[in-house]
Amino acid sequence: MNVLTCVKRVPMTGGRIVLTEDQQAIETRHLGFTISPHEECGVEEAVRLVEAHGGESVVLTLGPADAEEQLRDCMAIGADRAIHLVTDGDEWDPQATADAILDAIASEGAAGVEYDLILFGNESADSGNYQVGIRVAHALGRPVVTGLKGIHVEGGRVRCEREAAGGRDVYQVPLPAVLTVLEGLNLPRYPSVPGRMRAKSKPVASSAPTRPPSRLEKVRLVVPEGQGKQAEVLGHGVDAAPRVVELLAEIGVL
Amino acid sequence: MAALVFVEHDAGELAEPSAQALTLARGLASEVAAVAVGSVDGLEAELGRYGVDTLHAAEIEGSYAPAAWAASIAELTGRLEPEAVVAAGTDVGNEVLAHVAARLDLPFAANCIEAGAGDGAEVTRTRWGGSLLERARVHGAVTLLTVQPHAVAAVEVQGSAAAVEPFTPALEEADLVARIVEHVAPPTGGVSLAEAKVVVSGGRGVGSAEGFAIVEELAGLLGGAVGCSRVVTSAGWRPHTDQVGQTGTKISPELYIPCGISGATQHIAGCRGAKRILAVNADPEAPIFASADYAVIGDLHEILPAISAEIRKVRGT
Repeated sequence: MNVLTCVKRVPMTGGRIVLTEDQQAIETRHLGFTISPHEECGVEEAVRLVEAHGGESVVLTLGPADAEEQLRDCMAIGADRAIHLVTDGDEWDPQATADAILDAIASEGAAGVEYDLILFGNESADSGNYQVGIRVAHALGRPVVTGLKGIHVEGGRVRCEREAAGGRDVYQVPLPAVLTVLEGLNLPRYPSVPGRMRAKSKPVASSAPTRPPSRLEKVRLVVPEGQGKQAEVLGHGVDAAPRVVELLAEIGVL
Repeated sequence: MAALVFVEHDAGELAEPSAQALTLARGLASEVAAVAVGSVDGLEAELGRYGVDTLHAAEIEGSYAPAAWAASIAELTGRLEPEAVVAAGTDVGNEVLAHVAARLDLPFAANCIEAGAGDGAEVTRTRWGGSLLERARVHGAVTLLTVQPHAVAAVEVQGSAAAVEPFTPALEEADLVARIVEHVAPPTGGVSLAEAKVVVSGGRGVGSAEGFAIVEELAGLLGGAVGCSRVVTSAGWRPHTDQVGQTGTKISPELYIPCGISGATQHIAGCRGAKRILAVNADPEAPIFASADYAVIGDLHEILPAISAEIRKVRGT
């Protein structure tokens, strides 16, 4: 089976978010980059599915030239090749992102590659728009199940599990389908050194689509107020224990 | 100016995030109608108290099917022509509105905390699980948005029960392909992380899976649950179900005790609902202290056993 996984390059924000002067983005000069945690599990799941069922695992990103780093990371844990829709670094809104992904899927189809499963993170770590996977599924006329922590392909169908009310809701949809996943779906492997070496020579198909106007238009970013509390120091080391237990009693949790 | 609000309910009892969404919708429209799926008996009185004049009850047989629910809302949107369609920013609310947006080819702003109306409506929405806000404009003939849960307080108004107007949406077979076919009950036993009154979490500073014994001991003495940071689940020390964070469980205990957790935004996004935070960390400069009410500075491997011992001493056990 062929599996396409869509990923997004995002900064590792650490403890405090600082914005660029124009308030259009996070200041990333001192930050590393990764992909959204949900998507890491998506890439791992795609690699496992292809290991079990054969076929090809492909990763796709819409992002700046530097996002090739994330595509290589995905190929280091087993994705076979990558599609890079290169941007100038400006954000694309969810509709434009979905349309660009659809164009790429159409190009793949024209080249004879059809995907049985298309995986997304349930929402990106940064902009959190909760919709690109659903828009892609709708345009393709395929069923979509979101927020998954369990995926089991059985014959031409996929059993999907989503946490709800402490338990799990189960969906059954026929392939081809679009699925969006959550962290916890699996425990992604670490890339091996040979995996990293192999990733360097795996193919990346690049193209540079043109960004349409945003219909969900970012005006500016704001760091919310109320960050930066002054914690009351109860003590240092084991000597703090009696004061901690007094506090537990005061707030009624002892 | 009219708004249509998709409300979630449990057998006629309005869900709190939907009450919050109704409150926000009232601020941007003079007329608020609601749409709900399922058995709505009793819902009309409660909706009246949130200023809803009409409840459109979509009659869809069987279990949750997001595309079918969205089809009914899209159909109603075409008929009523509201300026805004609003839902709660829950799993279901965000999913259904994304489907509506795809069907109607409209932009959709998820998890807003403030919103205006009309084409080009200005909204403030959350990013990074609430660690960052975005001011945005939504360019659509109908403004589609969801309301971030617990960002807007639900406020009732004087009002009589909403009039119920049942309708049977025109559905296609494809709308019913993805639907719930089974529910697997939760495992019993233990304190649920999301519901616990006290949560004690460990991070990188715990050092190993075995190191969690002292975290478990303290949580057990307080009748609480054990949590952890993302570093810990990625290392395989604890299962992902224990993770507190943007991509883990969102908790809201009376007291949260993060130990050996630096306080990355990923983690803070999961514990913003905690009433009080008591952080234990060896590094006095750790960002976690900027989100904490109380601090204990030092080695958790010494401090946690000392706290547990002190609790036993006080209790005389």
